[in-house]
Amino acid sequence: MAAAMPLALFVLLLPGPGGWCLAEPQRDSLREELVITPLPSGDVAATFQFRTRWDSELQREGDTDHYFLRYAVLPREVVCTENLTPWKKLLPCSSKAGLSVLLKADRLFHTSYHSQAVHIRPVCRNARCTSISWELRQTLSVVFDAFITGQGKKDWSLFRMFSRTLTEPCPLASESRVYVDITNYNQDNETLEVNPAPTTTYQDVILGTRKTYAVYDLLDTAMIHNSRNLNIQLKWKRPPENEFPPGPFLHAQRYVSGYGLQKGELSTLLYNTHPYRAFPVLLLDTVPWYLRLYVHTLTITSKGKDNKPSYIHYQPAQDRLQPHLLEMLIQLPANSVTKVSIQFERALLKWTEYTPDPNHGFYVSPSVLSALVPSMVAAKPVDWEESPLFNSLFPVSDGSNYFVRLYTEPLLVNLPTPDFSMPYNVICLTCTVVAVCYGSFYNLLTRTFHIEEPRTGGLAKRLANFIRRIRGVPPL
Amino acid sequence: TVSIVHVLSYLAGIAWFLALAFPPLTQRTYMSENAMGSTMVEEQFAGGDRARALARDFAAHRRKSGALPVAWLERTMRSVGLEVYTQSFSRKLPFPDETHERYMVSGTNVYGILRAPRAASTESLVLTVPCGSDSTNSQAVGLLLALAAHFRGQIYWAKDIIFLVTEHDLLGTEAWLEAYHDVNVTGMQSSPLQGRAGAIQAAVALELSSDMVTSLDVAVEGLNGQLPNLDLLNLFQTFCQKGGLLCTLQGKLQPQDWTSLDGPLQGLQMLLLMVLRQASGRPHGSHGLFLRYRVEALTLRGINSFRQYKYDLVAVGKALEGMFRKLNHLLERLHQSFFLYLLPALSRFVSIGLYMPAAGFLLLVLGLKISSLHEAGVGLEPGGSPGPSVPLPPAQGVGLASLVAPLLISQAMGLALYVLPVLGQHVAAQHFPVAEAEAVVLTLLAIYAAGLALPHNTHRVVSTQAPDRGWMVLKLVALIYLALQLGCIVLTNFSLGFLLAATMVPTAALAKPHGSRTLYAVLLVLTSPAATLFGSLFLWRELQEAPLSLAEGWQLFLAALAQGVLEHHTYGALLFPLLSLGLYPCWLLFWNVLFWK
Repeated sequence: MAAAMPLALFVLLLPGPGGWCLAEPQRDSLREELVITPLPSGDVAATFQFRTRWDSELQREGDTDHYFLRYAVLPREVVCTENLTPWKKLLPCSSKAGLSVLLKADRLFHTSYHSQAVHIRPVCRNARCTSISWELRQTLSVVFDAFITGQGKKDWSLFRMFSRTLTEPCPLASESRVYVDITNYNQDNETLEVNPAPTTTYQDVILGTRKTYAVYDLLDTAMIHNSRNLNIQLKWKRPPENEFPPGPFLHAQRYVSGYGLQKGELSTLLYNTHPYRAFPVLLLDTVPWYLRLYVHTLTITSKGKDNKPSYIHYQPAQDRLQPHLLEMLIQLPANSVTKVSIQFERALLKWTEYTPDPNHGFYVSPSVLSALVPSMVAAKPVDWEESPLFNSLFPVSDGSNYFVRLYTEPLLVNLPTPDFSMPYNVICLTCTVVAVCYGSFYNLLTRTFHIEEPRTGGLAKRLANFIRRIRGVPPL
Repeated sequence: TVSIVHVLSYLAGIAWFLALAFPPLTQRTYMSENAMGSTMVEEQFAGGDRARALARDFAAHRRKSGALPVAWLERTMRSVGLEVYTQSFSRKLPFPDETHERYMVSGTNVYGILRAPRAASTESLVLTVPCGSDSTNSQAVGLLLALAAHFRGQIYWAKDIIFLVTEHDLLGTEAWLEAYHDVNVTGMQSSPLQGRAGAIQAAVALELSSDMVTSLDVAVEGLNGQLPNLDLLNLFQTFCQKGGLLCTLQGKLQPQDWTSLDGPLQGLQMLLLMVLRQASGRPHGSHGLFLRYRVEALTLRGINSFRQYKYDLVAVGKALEGMFRKLNHLLERLHQSFFLYLLPALSRFVSIGLYMPAAGFLLLVLGLKISSLHEAGVGLEPGGSPGPSVPLPPAQGVGLASLVAPLLISQAMGLALYVLPVLGQHVAAQHFPVAEAEAVVLTLLAIYAAGLALPHNTHRVVSTQAPDRGWMVLKLVALIYLALQLGCIVLTNFSLGFLLAATMVPTAALAKPHGSRTLYAVLLVLTSPAATLFGSLFLWRELQEAPLSLAEGWQLFLAALAQGVLEHHTYGALLFPLLSLGLYPCWLLFWNVLFWK
């Protein structure tokens, strides 16, 4: 269980003619989805996704200029209720109908994980991309905790999670569905029972694992009208023995090592738990300028050996202007832990540059990992006797990789902080007074005074002086 | 040449120190941190039965396996909903530790992390229970687990909470802390940590050995005399008062009446105890090791004595819950209150501004002595800054050259004292019928005593053309050396600096090769660092109302020497190198002055 992610807002302007510009999209359409994934530990993950599209008369001119792409992070910001309310207002049905009825703040923030996002991008309306639509995708993921919200019980229902049930679809929605992950953890019989029984099921490979979902379509009138409302219930028939499903192949951890206020080390641990496949990872680090990185101390080790990255892009920081940018392509050997570490020195800031509550520390934004991770499906040992013979001709299928982007945890680093208390202020003030007094007194005591005659006679005198200077006679 | 000013200054220092326990110099403690002061919390912990049951289970599993029941702890922590990790470590001590009966140590730490739902794992608090071989601490483990279960059900946490159970008490804690901060300070070998929870803001160590407690004792003194921020102690005291718990400091009840003479006198006793404990520089509980990493920490010890009124685990749990909830409110690291203080009682403190003059007066003696020697025309450079009234014909003979030999020899003795005992333990153990630990201590004492033979070695080396001036230059150098060392020590560890200054300063000022040398020699030996340690042990037990006999004292002294060396190697305590490399050579210089020929 990860804790709440910091608020990350991405505005991504994607280039025009790409693979996703298919047919003309529907105008002013809303699609909404709720995916419920019960976990064997008793926790439940719920992911809302709302996609709104509308036409725009704005014309696009060629490709996006990558020079203008920006990446920014606010690592200090934590998602809270005041982020939810304006987010909900962007929905066409607000929180009046459809899936958004379930978005009740007091339940959503009673969870152990919370992540909220807004994605906006232009979508081409035709093949030549002469006109575009805008797409607004809002996602919200929460993990309900069996210990806090569930009071130790592993069985869930919509009402227990959100203290609401679904009554009607949003009238504006063209699609409104609830998916429940009913993938069998055991091979023999089903472990999870959902009630009411789903009308259809859907199967797909999600993040490299084969999943089965029960589908509830809210636009299907029979679904709600049978009982006036839809309260999906989940019941574990037989709790799986193995409480911990295999972790993902790629995960990462970041921390500050060392002690004292002079130096430190940023360490990132990259775990590749795949039994036999190595894969490359793109690591992007932005470090604030007040941590002065020593680039020569950059070390990357896997399995006790030096791991030379195949690509490094480093842009040094400029004090008070831009942070360090470090981008590396690192090959992660199979079944290994790779440690990326770099030493830094903590800078002493000017006294006005300290944030309020300076002793809280300064945040360092998370590293971003982008990778094509081998799928779980492809990693599973195939039973060669059972499967058809042609399987061995083409052992690796096309869906052997999936793309994943991971954010490590943000870091809190203490900088050498002056004592901003009353004695400190008194010292500052006295020093200022002394400096001002000393300066002016010194100035007064050492300056010699000359009496300057007032300037009289404007142009005529200057002219006369000019002539006198040419003649070599002292001026008037 | 000892004037009345020197005596007065010394007496003023001692008197000032004794006066620290009296009201105008002690103040009431008060909470400085806003985030912990005004907010109220309601303690709801009610898991006393659960804690007792878990403690019984833990004790049973521990007895069965003979070591920390790692698998049971992992299972239990996981069942209360924590993220559980283990860490294995091993350490070969430089020589066998006879008091704890260990040499090749290997163990496993178990810790569980409660992830705060409201934050991104950037900050954390630690509740730790050290499990040693001699103290099983099973009730503390039970309470830790019950508290974890209670905390897990709450949603108000803004900082992660780490529940840490360490094996081999402080060694485990040190291994865990080093791995958490990914440093290797003491040569500990340990597996890297799999789970972390950001910057640790505060830590509480818990030691309980019975289901019922009569009082809770709090220990603040950490490694090298470091102290936690006073606000952490204030916080503990707040919850003592709120829960009606009986809380003690140095194992002693608080003096109540500060208006009469009784209170301050008891306060003085506690102050002296604290000074002795702080001066020893050893961690008095596993909290002491956290302080190096700038984690404010203290140790709570449950005491079960013959008092009638007893508290059960719920009361202790509630106090801990309250403390953690308030620490959870912290916006910044604890920094508002004092880091340097002395405690004559739990609710009274002496701030650094008030206790420093005591050491200042003592050091003034050295300063005055140095300036008087300087005025007498003793300079290092030939002819450099001679006093106007004193004619200096033989100043040429007393250059730096004559000082090199005694300085080098005494420093070499110090180095030998530091290096040889541990290095030569096997040789000593082979040739003499002693164990390694005894060999180390005996070598230590032998080298220490051998240093006293120094003047007989040096007076042949030094060509003394001007006998009087020779020893005065040496004394001047020794005084400056001593003053500088004491000045530095007093700034970092007041207690140690004050103790050393109070003993070494008078004899250092008196040392001269005239008069009754035997008397001076006896005085000098009595105030040498080792004798100070010996005397401190007696004072310590006297103040604890458990006086020592001479034989017991000697045994304790030998044990303390071994512990001092061990703690330097295992935790990085600085007392041993400080005494052997700094103060002992300096003291030898005075010995050299005394036997100058």
